[in-house]
Amino acid sequence: MPGFGLTFGFTVFYLSAIVLIPLAALLIRPWELGVAGVIDAVSAPRVVASLKLSFGAAAIASAINGVFGLIVAWVLVRYRFPGKRIVDALVDLPFALPTAVAGIALTTLYAPNGWIGSALAPFGIHVAFTPLGIVVALTFIGLPFVVRSVQPVLDDLDREYEEAAATLGATRGQAFRRVVFPTILPAWLTGIALAFARAVGEYGSVIFIAGNMPFISEITPLLIVIKLEQFDYAGAAAVGAAMLAISFAMLLAINTLQAWARARST
Amino acid sequence: MTASPPRKEFHPPTRESFATRVVLVSVAVLYISLFLFTPLIAVFTEGFRNGVDAFLNAIVEKDALAAVKLTFIVAGIAVPLNSLFGLAAAWAIAKHDFKGKSLLITLIDLPFSVSPVISGLVYVLLFGAHGFLGPTLDALGIKIIFTTAGLVLATMFVTFPFVARELIPLMQEQGVSEEEAAISLGASGWQTFWNVTLPNVRWALLYGVLLCNARAMGEFGAVSVVSGHIRGLTNTMPLHVEILYNEYNFAAAFAVASLLALLALVTLVLKSALEWHYGEEIAASHRH
Repeated sequence: MPGFGLTFGFTVFYLSAIVLIPLAALLIRPWELGVAGVIDAVSAPRVVASLKLSFGAAAIASAINGVFGLIVAWVLVRYRFPGKRIVDALVDLPFALPTAVAGIALTTLYAPNGWIGSALAPFGIHVAFTPLGIVVALTFIGLPFVVRSVQPVLDDLDREYEEAAATLGATRGQAFRRVVFPTILPAWLTGIALAFARAVGEYGSVIFIAGNMPFISEITPLLIVIKLEQFDYAGAAAVGAAMLAISFAMLLAINTLQAWARARST
Repeated sequence: MTASPPRKEFHPPTRESFATRVVLVSVAVLYISLFLFTPLIAVFTEGFRNGVDAFLNAIVEKDALAAVKLTFIVAGIAVPLNSLFGLAAAWAIAKHDFKGKSLLITLIDLPFSVSPVISGLVYVLLFGAHGFLGPTLDALGIKIIFTTAGLVLATMFVTFPFVARELIPLMQEQGVSEEEAAISLGASGWQTFWNVTLPNVRWALLYGVLLCNARAMGEFGAVSVVSGHIRGLTNTMPLHVEILYNEYNFAAAFAVASLLALLALVTLVLKSALEWHYGEEIAASHRH
């Protein structure tokens, strides 16, 4: 095949110019603070509180999506019901809707005088401007990942295995637990991991609904922006690099999961 | 009247009971309605709260139009460049064998797992006033941060993998036999690409461009960091929405947001249409 030199060269050049060199700047910059300075910057109480919040809220949101995303995927693959195509198309809305738009819409809905917020307020549940609001926004953002990871695997799953389970006396629940679930497990975990990775770094949809109180509802990406606005480039880079390191570890985990899924399906 | 004897209907063993099905469908539909449908409705309701005239005024206002124009300029530069990259990368990766291929694919996917804020931050660290190259560029009179160039770079970063990751798996699946046939018949590399490869991947390319464009026009975090929020100059539509919202001008904020929501809906409709009609030709449909 011709054109390898040209296309490979362009690929590597473009990748380096747009992604790799800028990311290298992120990894180099913090060290002008010195090793102790970097450790101080990353372990400052406000930074640690924001990391706990970002990762905690992302974990809760991806767990919610794990449960409900599985149900949505199941229903879309196995059942026929009115409006199914609309539901199927709507699942991708969080990919298509700008995060700032999602952010102000969710804030308006969950504010104490909003459609949903006013219904919850009598029960003493406040969503907007609390960490709960962050979970709502991150659930919105991560919704498509589990559905779209599980859907094709469930679609490919041969019903004969479930029939065999039934002829051997398994109840429907047993067939699901013993036959269906083990097959879709890798895809399901991949979807949850992808939703989690996306939620950890999310900014646009969260900052409107979060309230952004230091130590209470301040996510890590916002803290990076604040440091940048104070011209604390090295501090911002240190926190950013810490987040990047955690994200990269998760990317490795996701790739391992996907390799496992492929090994399972062949 | 004699009561007919109760007839036991056949119940397929791999189907759940009617009650289970109803509950599962209801849960799924409720979940989608609560988290996806309601916010979408809220955007349009709030946008038209003060009537159609107020809606239109918010959109034709000078700064709003400037934001629309800038959004199109940024996407108009970033999307074609990333599409070109996607085609080149897919050609190199899918049609050739070389060492480190899987590392290259992982690196191409990297921007997806980077926080949008970090995607903007890296360019500030490079080109900002206190960045590595900032002083040099300043001496040359080149400004990147707080200008359109910075917005384009940040947008290119966040939408970097979209086209490539649609094309690479598809072109790997298609193999090289058709291209080899064309070349053995005397076609040049370019002719092979234009007449054989491109027609084979056109729908997948369009699919990738569609998703890339939606993200490029809607990106908030990354452009927010490099923009400087200068009204009428460096505000894209999502940033304009933020400014209006923070000024408590909710009706105008939601009016501009309605335009973005409309873009999202059009994207979803086109995406679904592509999946229904050309699902087989978009190997990567339903993979994100």
